[in-house]
Amino acid sequence: MSSENSQAQLELRHITKQYPGVLANDDISLKVEAGGVHALLGENGAGKSTLVKIIYGVVKPDTGEILWDGKPVQILNPSHARRLGIGMVFQHFNLFDTLTIAENISLGMDNPGDLKTLATRVTEVSEHYGLPIDPRRHVHALSVGERQRVEIVRCLLQDPKLLIMDEPTSVLTPQEVDKLFETLRRLGEEGVSILYISHKLEEIRALCDDATVLRGGKVVATCDPREETSKSLAEMMIGSEIPVMQREASGDLGPPVLEVKGLSVKSDDPFGTSLKDIDLTVRGGEIIGIAGVGGNGQKELLQAISGETPVRDRAAVSIDGQACGRSGPTARRGLGLAFVPEERLGRGAVPEMTLAENTLLTGYQSGMVSRGLIRFGHKRQRATEIRRDFDVRSAGIDSEARSLSGGNLQKFIVGREMGLSPKLLILAYPTWGVDVGAATAIHQAVMDMSRQGVGIVIVSEDLDELFEICDRMAVIAEGRLSPVRNNGETSVEELGLWMSGEFDDEPSGAGAETSHAH
Amino acid sequence: MRIKLEPRVAASKWMSYGSPAIAAVLTIFFGAILFASLGRDPVQGLYIFFIEPLTGLYELGELGLKATPLAIIAIGLAVGFRANVWNIGAEGQLVMGAICGGGVALAFHGQGGWWVLPLMIIAGAAGGMAWGAIPALLRTRFNANEILVSLMLTYAAVQILGWLVHGPWINPEGQNFPETRTFEEWALLPELIEGTRLNVSAIFALVVVFAGWIFMTRSFAGFKVNVVGQALDAAKYAGFSQNKVVWVSFLIGGGAAGLAGLIEVTGPIDQLNATFAPGYGFAAIIVAFLGRLHPVGILFASLLMALTFLGGESLQINMNMPKAVTGVFQGMLLFFVLATDVLIRYRIRVVSRTPAATGEAG
Repeated sequence: MSSENSQAQLELRHITKQYPGVLANDDISLKVEAGGVHALLGENGAGKSTLVKIIYGVVKPDTGEILWDGKPVQILNPSHARRLGIGMVFQHFNLFDTLTIAENISLGMDNPGDLKTLATRVTEVSEHYGLPIDPRRHVHALSVGERQRVEIVRCLLQDPKLLIMDEPTSVLTPQEVDKLFETLRRLGEEGVSILYISHKLEEIRALCDDATVLRGGKVVATCDPREETSKSLAEMMIGSEIPVMQREASGDLGPPVLEVKGLSVKSDDPFGTSLKDIDLTVRGGEIIGIAGVGGNGQKELLQAISGETPVRDRAAVSIDGQACGRSGPTARRGLGLAFVPEERLGRGAVPEMTLAENTLLTGYQSGMVSRGLIRFGHKRQRATEIRRDFDVRSAGIDSEARSLSGGNLQKFIVGREMGLSPKLLILAYPTWGVDVGAATAIHQAVMDMSRQGVGIVIVSEDLDELFEICDRMAVIAEGRLSPVRNNGETSVEELGLWMSGEFDDEPSGAGAETSHAH
Repeated sequence: MRIKLEPRVAASKWMSYGSPAIAAVLTIFFGAILFASLGRDPVQGLYIFFIEPLTGLYELGELGLKATPLAIIAIGLAVGFRANVWNIGAEGQLVMGAICGGGVALAFHGQGGWWVLPLMIIAGAAGGMAWGAIPALLRTRFNANEILVSLMLTYAAVQILGWLVHGPWINPEGQNFPETRTFEEWALLPELIEGTRLNVSAIFALVVVFAGWIFMTRSFAGFKVNVVGQALDAAKYAGFSQNKVVWVSFLIGGGAAGLAGLIEVTGPIDQLNATFAPGYGFAAIIVAFLGRLHPVGILFASLLMALTFLGGESLQINMNMPKAVTGVFQGMLLFFVLATDVLIRYRIRVVSRTPAATGEAG
């Protein structure tokens, strides 16, 4: 803990914010010391975002007091917050792809001055903090890590006294995370306070001096994370023992259920990623993980496998031995594909339809439709089973999908797809934004399903998740797929290196595949 | 003190039925102001507009006669509107249905039999479908905006009708009036109730409403239409083709409008003329939304809309009001329906200034 006599940079006293139907912040008090790195820890829906929006002047609290440098303030709007010296790096970047870095930065400033001077300052600041960027480059050509640097430099140009970072590492490779931490520590030494929002416990233990843990809108604990274990932090966060997934060794592998051969897809989107010559074989009974930083071709690969974007070459994708590159989703589902997409609301489920109706969305080939008419009994029974087996918390099967929390909706969608008895199950970011309890339940269900002979592909940016559950792993970078390695024969460092696209000299995945098959 | 719109946690069931009622009350209220500002007695005006058209068997028959095409067209359009497919050209599809169906009657003039009427019905629906297929084709093939294409085709259809009744199909014994021969007995829809002009088409309307209900709420095809309309990405994910839904929407909408056009010319008008098209194709858009795109709602909305047509006529006759009064009432009704719709997802709350904590900030 910091010393008693030091003045807190920011102090919140009894902040409460009520939204219709939910008390987002309930009597929250916290202190961020000058030059300290303070963690705000909590599951999705714990009230972190609302609290940060209050500090940044986006949302006004119903009651409570904000002290800045020991004096009470009303933060009117984000521009006012910036003038006070509060900077924020959002989880989703606010950059224009077609403009240069300098142009983007000048757009976000209250008095940018001329571009040339600004560019010089950008270079100075970025070099001083070990965040090298060239202000003349266009944003569309930057990697996600570089874009984040732009956002950080943009904040630093305003000489902030407090920097708010919202889930900053979710888009970075492990090596980039290390670099970011160096920068943040350096800022701390120079007296800049940092409010660091995350649910990644190891990072918080490595970086932060103080932590405030939120649950259900309330402060449930304050602690020094360096004196806690990941397990104890997690328990504070979820309020009970963390469930543990039971891992089972993979048994005999079945025949290939998915074969991708020489798949190349040119992206229609000028800022999309084209796929280049991707080969991947998934056999029944194994779980293959595909890691990578978002935007490296995951979306394109998933759509080419699901059939949402059919490809020209029929043989480029085969499901259960049948070439189906040109077929749409319906035909591929008929071959045994089930798919959990990355967006839940609006793609995996229709927001304003009930759970029962959303069951029909992909279940129409399994007896829920007869002579063109919907069989309501079948549909409702199926929905009831999914809700029971996957512990979906909702008022009932007639609740609208949009009324469910992210984790519950994800459990519903995973349950629905598993209920189709697939031969091949594709999951995109299955636990993104899902609380720990639901994530463990989903991992367990995936594990159990694979050991019954189903072939499973998981695309995720969360390496911990992939190491926990996968049998084999590969990385997608710039539209190319790395060699596939057995879990246990690779490391975070190797995958991190591959994420930056450096795997040309590696032996192909074929060797690993055969060694795994015995 | 200020009034604040606050999002509801869930859509209000009560308000989805209540908002049309509020809209009707507002329409009546502002209708009364309209009468008063024109120097007429508001009570008498409202009586003549809303009550008088319901005071006798003949009048009720007229109500059914007007409601029938409105309900049929609106059901067809509702399928497309649910899918975000905006067929604004039902009027043109109605005219084309009348031309094709009426053309059959003229082709078999003097040599008909009982089979002429069924053939006309098929031709009428097919004509409307064919006219609806044009915007569907242009939309799915070239991504042309279906709102513009279907609307412009309405004027094209009216011109074709004008050419036919002025030229090749003109009645040889008609003193050069722009109209065809009157249809023969077997080309006319039989009357349903003695002493009224109501004919068997009213039964068609009930059948269409029932079929629409089955399609929209019970069939898998209707489910696909709803998914495409509500969440296009979910439809792609599920493997439902948007293009197919565009086609289905335009064929059903066009077919229904074509059928309504045929009913119009084989009922009270019994011939084709240059100006028979009564604007039902446009009024049915209001009917579809007033009925919340639901078949049962559309049934009631079509009766209400028919009432505004009849009420407008009786205002012209009894109170010497201009013809535009019908349109004004229909416009008010749609305006208030759309405006009160906000209450389904939002509620009104009166709040006392700004909260205490940020009082100085405001």
